[in-house]
Amino acid sequence: MLSFILNRLLQAIPTVWAIITITFFLVMTAPGDPFSAEREMREETRQQLAAHYGLDKPLLVQYGLYLKNLATFDLGLSFKQEGRRINDIIVESFPVSLELGLLAMTVALLVGVPAGILAASRKNTVLDYAPMSTAMVGICMPTFVIGPILGLVFGVWLGWFNVAGWFSWEDRVLPAVTLGLAYAAYIARLTRAGMLETLGLDYIRTAKAKGLPEKTIVFKHALRGGIMPVVSYLGPAMAGMISGSFVVETVFQVPGLGRHFIDGALNRDYFMILGTTIFYATLIVGANLLVDLVHTALDPKLRKA
Amino acid sequence: MTYTDRFKLVSLAFLGAILLSGCGGGIPNADEAAEQGILLIGNGAEPESIDPHLFTGHPDATIIASLTEGLIAYHEFDDSLPEPGIAESWESHDNAQRWIFHLRDAQWSNGAPVVADDFVYSFKRVLSKALASEFASMLYLMKNARAYHTGEIDDFSQVGVKAVDDKTLEFNLEGPSPHFLSVLTHPTWYPVHQDTIESFGGIDNRISQWTRPGNYVGTGPFVLEEWVTNQIIKVRKNPLYWDADNVALEGIYFFPISDLHTENRSFENGQLHLTKELPSDLIDKYKGEPTYRNDPAIIVYYYMINTTRPPLDDVRVRQALSLALDRRSITDDVVRRGETPATGYTPPGFTNYDPPTPLRYDPDKARELLAEAGFPNGEGFPLKQILFNNHSGHQAIAEAIQQMWKETLNIDVELFNQEWKVYLDTRNRMDYDIARAGWVGDFMDPDTFLQIWITEENDSLNDTGWSNPEYDSLLRKGYQANSIEERYRNFEIAEGIMLEELPCIPIYWYRRPFLIDPRLKGWNPKQLDAHHFKFLRFEN
Repeated sequence: MLSFILNRLLQAIPTVWAIITITFFLVMTAPGDPFSAEREMREETRQQLAAHYGLDKPLLVQYGLYLKNLATFDLGLSFKQEGRRINDIIVESFPVSLELGLLAMTVALLVGVPAGILAASRKNTVLDYAPMSTAMVGICMPTFVIGPILGLVFGVWLGWFNVAGWFSWEDRVLPAVTLGLAYAAYIARLTRAGMLETLGLDYIRTAKAKGLPEKTIVFKHALRGGIMPVVSYLGPAMAGMISGSFVVETVFQVPGLGRHFIDGALNRDYFMILGTTIFYATLIVGANLLVDLVHTALDPKLRKA
Repeated sequence: MTYTDRFKLVSLAFLGAILLSGCGGGIPNADEAAEQGILLIGNGAEPESIDPHLFTGHPDATIIASLTEGLIAYHEFDDSLPEPGIAESWESHDNAQRWIFHLRDAQWSNGAPVVADDFVYSFKRVLSKALASEFASMLYLMKNARAYHTGEIDDFSQVGVKAVDDKTLEFNLEGPSPHFLSVLTHPTWYPVHQDTIESFGGIDNRISQWTRPGNYVGTGPFVLEEWVTNQIIKVRKNPLYWDADNVALEGIYFFPISDLHTENRSFENGQLHLTKELPSDLIDKYKGEPTYRNDPAIIVYYYMINTTRPPLDDVRVRQALSLALDRRSITDDVVRRGETPATGYTPPGFTNYDPPTPLRYDPDKARELLAEAGFPNGEGFPLKQILFNNHSGHQAIAEAIQQMWKETLNIDVELFNQEWKVYLDTRNRMDYDIARAGWVGDFMDPDTFLQIWITEENDSLNDTGWSNPEYDSLLRKGYQANSIEERYRNFEIAEGIMLEELPCIPIYWYRRPFLIDPRLKGWNPKQLDAHHFKFLRFEN
């Protein structure tokens, strides 16, 4: 087991290194200048700024310096937010994204799984078609449409919630529901498919033949197998919710990391792009590693491989 | 307790913890805030820096205006009038080349007295090479400031500013500068507190933490209380401000809402008293409402022309392109934000400045000029491109212009859009034919628009390849003029030359549509959109 963990760790390191290297050179060679603006800067000022951030050195030297700083977990300075360290920005904004992601995941599961179960157990009836077509609409409707609509209805018209900001617990509701619904739709379809497959299996027929009530069959016997596709989907879904919440963060003015990620790219804020990318990459590689470890622990067949 | 029960309990506790973690930071709604004297304002974007010497954009400047005041402050109604700030009075000598300012008994927000040396130190900071202040060249008005900034001289005492005594500040300028007072309202001229700057890393430290809450020391009507990135900046009334008795607001909350529709919903939902900008598609909905305002702005929208590429190097072609534009139709049918079609380049709003306004719609003359240039009925005119940055508004304007040129001149142009930073890069390298651009005035003197078209050695900001010695000499003559009148007469002739040569084709002058809570008084239409928060108050 120990050698397996070590082995996987050693595999993770080159992956992260490759991501760092590719991102670094892509970012540095991308067209556009972090200091350009509608008002063109005087050349001498531009050079001073470049020198200040070490951009005047040869690219390979910059790369070496960046790796050296990274070794001490120093992600550098933001160009756009004067005097702020990327480390501090991540520490400040990631918990917000994480909270939004977890809440959205809760919404997605609470809505998606029951809808899928209902649809599967009432196959080809109204109770199947209605949630499934709603889910289809949910998958097709992007968050930048759902978000403003929810804001208008539950904020401006009904006055139940604020439509922007991240101050009180009420402010969590609309962003989490908006982000969660998109995933709920997909989870509902996965649950339905998984449940239908399981409900067709022999042991379910046996359970039925034994005269067990439907409730017990569905929840106790079928759900365990039927939920598996959803469980496998949770990993990527969680990663997507945490890293891809940019639109929801913008629509509801949520101070999360997703906006820094996108704004960093738009502004050519080099160290911001690098810092957020490396952070997300490490997070995802780490999560995958964890999932692998759990799988291995559960499945003895994998341990030998 | 079964496994499921335990699971439920843990989940519940977890959810509860998440929900509770967000509690405690409630923000008053517009009604409660108005009652408490707190202004809730949509500020457009997260500020890049609230250091007056490192600020870059309007969101930064708005916050700085609440925290620090310069010698001259923003006027209540008219940006071209001087409002006494830290300077109580002033006098000018030698044809406005030497200025003396008498400072009032003002205090920094930490209780230290504001003295003339603070200003000298501040200007030295702006001109420190390593600080790389973006607007440092604004200070070149002072004698030897440029030489000090570029490193030609090392002795700051040779720069034309000195503290005669604690309360008297004297400027020696490069030339007569009758417009000096309006320039002084620009944050680059604001003071910073010497001991604070020194204790946070020194005079030229760009990454100083002195602008964080708790560290910020200013001279303005408010002090920095809280700053959460992408969320809120709170300032509260500064009891040590020299005119604190006349400050009605207790505090201001700045919300950096970048999405215009989110900002609009926030206003509708009673979360804001003031928005940064009303989205174009909502203007018709709000027109005539008491919350709707559409103030004039000194911003020009124009197409720059690469004058080094034939046939655009022919002035007749550029004039034909300009004469073929029905600007009224662009503002009324395409943009629809109440803009003024441009008849010249510098927007109206500069008192006593009266430049020529030759731009007009004349299809016959346009065709005639194009024929003269060798393209009768557009025949043989090479395919050219209009470059713009990704934005539906720019796209619509470019499409309208493409069609106008096709219908009037029978020439084809392609539309070409790029992502913002790539577009700037392309423009900068002059790898374009025609490119959209905009220019925002920084201070109340037409020079803020005219200076980008001057040719300095190795440094041209206009990126069109255009250079005209007569224009340059007229502008320089204006800089040396002894009176505002003489200054402006030279500027007017210079602008006339530029509009004749058309290195750029002005299209329209902006307006600034936004929403305001009718209870908020004192937010008057200002050319620069620069507001002194001490004039604001709530009335029912």
